[in-house]
Parts: sequence; C-alpha cells; structure tokens
Amino acid sequence: MKTLREVLGVITDGVQVAVKKVDFSYGATHVLIDIDLAITQGDFLAIIGPNGSGKSTLLKIILGLLPVQQGNVILFGQELARFSQWSKIGYVPQKAAHSGAFFPASAAEVVSMGLLSTKKFPKFLGRQDKESVESALERVNMEAFKTRRIGELSGGQQQRVFIARAIVNEPEILFLDEPTAGVDAETQQRFYDMLDMLNKDHNITIVMVTHDVGVVTKHVNKVACLNQRLVFHGTHDEFCSSAVVQDILKGEHHLVCHRH
Amino acid sequence: MQRALISGLAVAVTCAILGVFLILRKDAMIGHGLAHVTFGGVALGLFVQVTPILAAMGVSVLAALGILKLKEKAGLYEDTALGIFSSVGMAVGIILVSLAGSFNVNLLSFLFGNILAIETFEVWISVGLTVAVLLIVSLFYHELFYLTFDPESAATAGIKVKRLEGVLAVLSAITVVLGMKVVGILLVAALLVIPSAAGLMLAGNFRQAMVISAVVAILSVFLGLLSAFYWDLPASGSIVILSFLFFLVLFAVRVVKRRVKLTSEEAR
Repeated sequence: MKTLREVLGVITDGVQVAVKKVDFSYGATHVLIDIDLAITQGDFLAIIGPNGSGKSTLLKIILGLLPVQQGNVILFGQELARFSQWSKIGYVPQKAAHSGAFFPASAAEVVSMGLLSTKKFPKFLGRQDKESVESALERVNMEAFKTRRIGELSGGQQQRVFIARAIVNEPEILFLDEPTAGVDAETQQRFYDMLDMLNKDHNITIVMVTHDVGVVTKHVNKVACLNQRLVFHGTHDEFCSSAVVQDILKGEHHLVCHRH
Repeated sequence: MQRALISGLAVAVTCAILGVFLILRKDAMIGHGLAHVTFGGVALGLFVQVTPILAAMGVSVLAALGILKLKEKAGLYEDTALGIFSSVGMAVGIILVSLAGSFNVNLLSFLFGNILAIETFEVWISVGLTVAVLLIVSLFYHELFYLTFDPESAATAGIKVKRLEGVLAVLSAITVVLGMKVVGILLVAALLVIPSAAGLMLAGNFRQAMVISAVVAILSVFLGLLSAFYWDLPASGSIVILSFLFFLVLFAVRVVKRRVKLTSEEAR
C-alpha cells in the first residue's frame, strides 16, 4: 500500500509545506486552479499577483482557515486535516481583529497569547516564559513598549508585536498576510530588514503575501506569482528575468530588481 | 428577598464576565437578539404548558447555535443572522400570544422582570450557571482571550475556535434566560452590556475588566433591589439605571485620568 507521501508525489527533504493540485472557488467564481507549490526550509518566499489573484486565499487554505475543496495540503509531512504541531507555525495577519484602543491588553500580553496557546493545563507563564516574551519583543525592537496597550501603538508597531507573538514559540515557518499594508515607507524598510534577520540569523522560513513587488525583489530569495493559476515559482533571479511575470504584473507594478 | 438577592447577584456576575467577551468580540447585541428569541420561547412554554423558563432556555440555546450555523453556512454577518432569528422568535411569540389570548398577565412579568417572584429552582440554576461560567472561563481563559482578540490567529495556534464560539453562544443564551427573570426580556441586554462596558472604561488588562465589570454588576443589582424594597420602585428598571450611573462615573474617571496623563506628558 502506498504511503501518503508516495500518493502525493516525491516530497524532498526540507519541504515544510506542499500544496498539491489545489482548486478553490467562492460559489461559481474560481479563485485558485490547480495549484502546486512546495515551500522549503530557509525560503523567504513572496506570494505576489494582481488583485483577486488568490494570494490571501492560498495562504488561508494552507493555514486551515479556509477548507481544502480539492487537492491536498501537507504541513511538515502531515495532511492538513490531521496536522497538530501548530507551534511550528507562526502567523501574522494583516491586522488583528480587535486591536483597537478599547481592547485591554498590553503588548506583552498579546505576545503571551502565542506562548500560552501551546501550553497544557495549567496554563501560566513561568520565569522562562516571561523571558521568552521579553526576548521575542526584543527581537522586533519593541521591548520598550511591552506595557503599552496594543491599541495605543502605531500600525507598524502593532505589526511588530504580532510578529513577536508569532515567533515567541520559535516557529519553523512564519506566514505573513500583507504585513506592511498602511505602513509608511521608512517603517516598511525596517520591517523587511527585520524579516531578513529572522530568515537568515534564526533560520525561520518566511512566506509573505504582498502587493509590494518593488521591496520584495530586494529581500526575498523565492517568488511565487499567482493569477488564479501559479504562473511562476522560482528564485529571485529567475523572477527578475521572467517575461511571463513582467506580462502579468504589467500595468499594476513597475518591476525593478536589485541584487542582494 | 433572599432568593432574589442570591439569584440576582449570581446572574449579575455571569452577565458581567460574559459581557466582556461579547463586547470585545463586537457581539454586544447578541443579548438583545436572544432576548427577542426568549420571548418566543416563553410564549411557547405558556402555550404548551411547559415551565416557561425551561422552554425559553431550550429555544434560546437552539437559536444561539442556529445563529452561528446560519452565519457560517449562508456567509451572513453575525448581526444579520441575529436579526433573522430575533425577528422570527418575536413573531412566533406574538402569534402564540394571540392564539392563546389568556396568558398576557404572565407574559408581562417576563417582559418586565419579576425578580422578587423568583422560584427556588431558578435560584439553583442561576448559581449553577455562575459556577459553570467561572469554571469555563478559568479553564479556557487564555483560549478565550486569544479568540476574542484575534480569532484567525487563534485558529492557526491550534485553538478550537468554532467549539469555543459555540460554548460562548450557549452560555450567553442561558444567561439571557436567567437575566430575564431579574430585569425582564426588554432589559436583559442591558445587564450583558452596561456593567461590562463600565469595566472596560478603567481596566488595564483583561482580568481587571472582568473583575471591575462584576463589581459594577453586583453593586447595581444589590442597590437596585434595595431601592425596590425601600422606595417601591421596579427592581428591573432600578438595576439598569444604577448600572448606567456606574458606567457614567467610570467613564468620567477615565476622561479625567487621560487628561491628567496628557498634561503630565506635555509638562515633561
């Protein structure tokens, strides 16, 4: 009898996420068609594409936030429906649902959510856990704001806190959905530098859905371009010389590639 | 009076704690919607001669779960699903009242509340529910906190979001039915919203919000019952007005605290 891995084809070592023949529709509207994508350890992958190309939908399917209608998603060698090692995964949403000034939670409490969610009962923060929270905030340069209410922080600062929450469990892969939406250019630059640091110094795989093609070309090492179908998946250099990508992004983005 | 006090305080604590989650999840109107459904449940109970509070509890719990299902399956916003269920609940109640034509006096006590006529078994249910809510919130505090702040990220952290949302909905439904005996169908939503909103005015963190809300709710019920006893005022109206006064006081304190903070920051 064939194993799941064999059925789904060869999954090479180091592949953390495998998307196989995934289709997705909202009603009669096809959003994703026949998507095959492998994300390997150490990747800093940008998922780009025009509006409505299915970028965020793909991310949500991989994370189990939307159902797999057709095809398979394998996380760390396990089928998504049976996957339970969620501490290996960090997720930074575009904006937390209730990060308004009214919400009574400090930056440190928000980071603690990530840590406590993976603990068994009784759940409380020991000294080592508190150090982990402080360390996660330090890594994103937010230790000075740990007692501030989350809603009192700027958009860029909130995103840093959400990254701290996502990395406090030392995940192996970090997913980000449009992380710099509504953030000024200078903050964006610092933000991408920080992601570089997490990817290179801490060996965290990063998967980022973004519209920001210009900045992406300076920081990522892999690019996936979606337009309902996966029209391109390759390295940064291949991306810069791809005529298909230039054609897809024409009119929406001006593509200027920089060397690392 | 003793039964009223025990039951009233128990329901107050339950409402205050659940209210914090509901307000922060932008679900504050669920109390209002379920109260309408409860009206249909009470009318059904009176019509088929089943203890009204038990009939109301069954109908309210089913409606709370139905709202979640309708939202999920039909892709509706929560307030739309709530609007549909609350209108249908109210419509069923009106039809049953019209068909029976004889239980209007009974129904009025449910509409406006009659805490002084609370039955012993209702006291036990109130206390039992309070213990259940405190236990569930203590056991799943971190999951509920995460879920309330950011349900998407909570799901990717392995938290069973749908299951916990169901638990919150069922607890809210039962609380609304018990709150109905304290302040009546027309005012029960106030118990779920006003003390918790007051608590959120001053709370520095989530736990503080629940504690301050519970204190406001307890004081409102206690002083409301006293004013009903000494000045012959309706207990339900007094409880709600008192909780609103507490809200105003805490809101004023918050405004003053902010001004003082701003002034001291400018002075630096």
